[in-house]
Amino acid sequence: MTSRTIQGQKNLQKINQASKDGIGGSPLRPDGALKVRGEFAYSSDMWHEDMLWGTALRSPHPRANILGVDVSEALKVPGVYAVLTHEDIPGEKYYGLEIADQPALAIDKVRYHGEAIALVAADHPETARRAVKKIKVEYEVLTPITTEEQCLDPETHGYVHEPHEYKSHAYGNVCHEQKLVSGLGVTDEVRALADVIVSGEYEVGMQDQAFLGPESGLAVPAEDGGVDLYIATQWLHVDRQQMAPVLDLPLEKVRLTLAGVGGAFGGREDLSMQIHACLLALHTGKPVKIVYARDESFFGHVHRHPARMRYEHGATRDGKLVFADCRIVLDGGAYASASPAVVGNAASLGHGPYVIPNVRMHAIALYSNNPSCGAMRGFGAVQAAFGYESQMDRLAEALGMDPVELRQLNAVTQGDFMPTGQEIDAPAPVAELLQRVKDMPLPPPLDLEHPDVRTLPGALSNTSHGEGIVRGVGYSVGIKNVGFSEGFDDYSTARVRLEVIGGEPVAMVHTAMAEVGQGGVTVHAQIARTELGVEQVTIHPANTEVGSAGSTSASRQTYMTGGAVKLAAEAVRHELLERGRHRYGWTQTDLSLVGGKVVSASAGVLISMVDLLGDDAVEQTREHHHRPTVPFDKETGQGFGHVQYTFCANRAVVDVDVELGLVKVVELTAVQDVGKALNPLSVVGQIQGGCTQALGLAVMEEIVVKDGKVRNASFTDYLIPTILDTPPIPVQILELPDPNAPYGLRGVGEAPTVSATPSIVAAIRQATGKALTRIPVRPEHLTDTL
Amino acid sequence: MEFLRPATWDEALAAKAEHPTALPISGGTDVMVEMNFDVHRPSAILDLNRITELAEWSGDGETVRLGAAVPYARIIEELSGPLPGLALAAHTVGSPQIRNRGSVGGNLGAASPAGDSHPALLAAGRDVFVEAESVRGSRLIPIDEFYLGVKRNGLEPDELIRAVRIPVADGPQQFSKIGTRNAMVIAVCAFGFALHPKDGTVGTGIGSAAPTPRRAVEAEEYLRGVLAERGLWESGELLGPEVVRRFGELVKAAASPIDDVRGTAAYRRHALAVMARRTLTWCWNDYRKQIRSAA
Repeated sequence: MTSRTIQGQKNLQKINQASKDGIGGSPLRPDGALKVRGEFAYSSDMWHEDMLWGTALRSPHPRANILGVDVSEALKVPGVYAVLTHEDIPGEKYYGLEIADQPALAIDKVRYHGEAIALVAADHPETARRAVKKIKVEYEVLTPITTEEQCLDPETHGYVHEPHEYKSHAYGNVCHEQKLVSGLGVTDEVRALADVIVSGEYEVGMQDQAFLGPESGLAVPAEDGGVDLYIATQWLHVDRQQMAPVLDLPLEKVRLTLAGVGGAFGGREDLSMQIHACLLALHTGKPVKIVYARDESFFGHVHRHPARMRYEHGATRDGKLVFADCRIVLDGGAYASASPAVVGNAASLGHGPYVIPNVRMHAIALYSNNPSCGAMRGFGAVQAAFGYESQMDRLAEALGMDPVELRQLNAVTQGDFMPTGQEIDAPAPVAELLQRVKDMPLPPPLDLEHPDVRTLPGALSNTSHGEGIVRGVGYSVGIKNVGFSEGFDDYSTARVRLEVIGGEPVAMVHTAMAEVGQGGVTVHAQIARTELGVEQVTIHPANTEVGSAGSTSASRQTYMTGGAVKLAAEAVRHELLERGRHRYGWTQTDLSLVGGKVVSASAGVLISMVDLLGDDAVEQTREHHHRPTVPFDKETGQGFGHVQYTFCANRAVVDVDVELGLVKVVELTAVQDVGKALNPLSVVGQIQGGCTQALGLAVMEEIVVKDGKVRNASFTDYLIPTILDTPPIPVQILELPDPNAPYGLRGVGEAPTVSATPSIVAAIRQATGKALTRIPVRPEHLTDTL
Repeated sequence: MEFLRPATWDEALAAKAEHPTALPISGGTDVMVEMNFDVHRPSAILDLNRITELAEWSGDGETVRLGAAVPYARIIEELSGPLPGLALAAHTVGSPQIRNRGSVGGNLGAASPAGDSHPALLAAGRDVFVEAESVRGSRLIPIDEFYLGVKRNGLEPDELIRAVRIPVADGPQQFSKIGTRNAMVIAVCAFGFALHPKDGTVGTGIGSAAPTPRRAVEAEEYLRGVLAERGLWESGELLGPEVVRRFGELVKAAASPIDDVRGTAAYRRHALAVMARRTLTWCWNDYRKQIRSAA
């Protein structure tokens, strides 16, 4: 900057805008090049002198009583330092995200295939694995409780958690329950008001987060008797909160630092190897590293709840919705994990972004001997969206209406009320999103005369040279909440420090935010640049030395921790300007920090920040709380339960080989309102990634569980989309600011995962004429060969 | 676990004779995956990577002698002309990285019913031979006698695969594979087909739909008969939908698939019939073009 006088608000705006790496710009990720080059240190890359390797013995049975565990042979293996069972746990034996119902190591029984029973630490991972095989467990194998019918009849089939050990808030094998009634509910009188009624039963398979970096971490015992854990997680503080009681340590002696995270998508919300590594480290007095193998990873984290849903919708002849009756049954598996929140989302968002005068909803999560299910991108809302959007298409067909027009006719908008009674008090441009997605140009039609085999279903597998290919187009829209709901105060903390380093003002942002790939590290620096008028920003490693940043989930981090960074930076700015006013007697009220200088809109540049700061740093820590919410009433589902709503609309174009049942998604278009795009490049990346994960659920991704046993715990058989399966994803973003949110922004990451799946299924339905009531759609569904 | 690294073929044979349970490794695209999943814990690993001749191929115009370790990427690049069916199959193997490392020798060694090479090798005719060698000598195992069971092949414990001998295509060949995604997928089922105008036969190969890769013998016989009886080799006339349909049904009948995590038996049968019809149609159309342009 030169010393020329800069005057006037317009000039200042120009300067602000000229800082291309502030908010609204798209600076590149600080870790991007490292990751692309394979140089980024992930949690699995950590190493410590003298470290041991830990591993767990896992149950081959989904349900069994443990009659005895003999570790003596394992202990004899040279190189083995410790073999631990639940008897070696110093503190509480149970933990859990919301309900402490999960034993850190199995106690007398196992409730799912893959449950950890014992731990081994050895000087080599292979030694540890061999020693695990020498642990002798005597099982009394029991018939697993796996189906909805079995779960709901515990008298006949038994309890996953016996009544005397049941810790949840419902009954029997139900982990959580939420009912909702709005308007007149759904009665025969209400049904009589509808000219057309459509109903359907829908099923969603068990999707996995399929992050590429397996669970891993390094626990280092400390001299004070505590432990330092370097860990890939989504929420450092909630990990610590669950770990400390089990380790029998005060919170301050359990210190966590974020290690490089290779993807999360909800799968790292629950603990995996955190307690195990710390138990082994504290027991042996040596650093212990645990890295899951891929198959262990599939057993070591929760998955997306499979769902069975029944929907009934009634509408008038001209397409106005009259009522919706819904029952959503989610399989939560052996332990509660995030099931209560998943049920809450399903119940409160399960009608979609539509005005429906009369609603009845019943959502439950079951306890079963299937793998535990919990958080995954869009939870609760993803499953329901497949149900209500399938119903919208069914209803449009019954009415002879255009499916987009039917949706637009019933779309919510700002000022409408959700069936929970909560007013939508921010922009809700659902009809506009649909219009925009419909108006975007379609891809060129398929050239069946001279097709390029690579672009057809099957591609280079060479199954078609144009035979059997039919194109279909489908639309959908979805709704998701942002942030934690139902009365949860998931605040975020940020510490911002401003000081002169190397003759330049430099901001340091310190939070406990887990960077899992979402780009918080990029956005935090952008916020600091904009608020403090500096270019140089350092992101401090995330750890528990600063207050909680909440979870990197629920599309909340930019809103919540970004908001905290904004507050802390504003406080730093305030303190710095106060210092100047005090020192120099400035009287102007139009001061700001721009381009490394203190600038008055009327009087121009007053001083450089370097001169004003001198050798004294300015540091401020702030908490950011979102507006309060309340739990939903258990019976009526009424309540101001959600912080913010977010919406995305999609159009899918598919080519289907109708003879072979193979699908190629040709294009998947998305239009989403993001309030304010702090980093447009990252926003588009989030939307494209969310769409791709939704594509996976639509046509391939499923953990196959039979009689409680996982049958495809590998990337050989758990298929996720490759780049050849991922179509062009044109994205349009709207920026209608939410007055309640920092910068007016809206959480971005989940909405496309909620909305995109049904559009793909709708497109396949159009191409094939099949009903397709289950996802993922398999070739068998399209060829009647199940 | 011992790690053996012979420098020459003779050393490799000697090592295999001394360690008959040693697991040969070349690209490692199958062996290492299974070891990672703890499926195998071999007493010894026999690394063949130093023996460069295994990654070479030669041809005399009649037959291609394909070194056991020639990677799929080179089969696609260099052998699409003489071995079109195998090259199409090679296209469907894994990812570019896997095609750079994986080889037909590895496919044969693993003898998985889902190996992508097998249907193409079977379809290439009855004169496909696996060159197996040990310190006791060399022998040619006909491809029809090579696949014995699920992941079991006709090699003796002291034998290594040196090469595969495959006749140069004398007519159109095709290969199709079903996967539930558009790349990097293990076959749900696969089908290889070849026309052999020289001796008036046809070749078929079914993958992932029986305990071993297998031929659809009745389908081959049916089609051979139809082509001969109706003089179609000479006339190049259309086969007609009934012949195509019947061929598909016979291929379907030749399979004995199971329900598993990758697909149902019913789907595999159905898909085999479709692939059989389509690959036959493509090959016949190509053949018709050839004889018409030759006329």
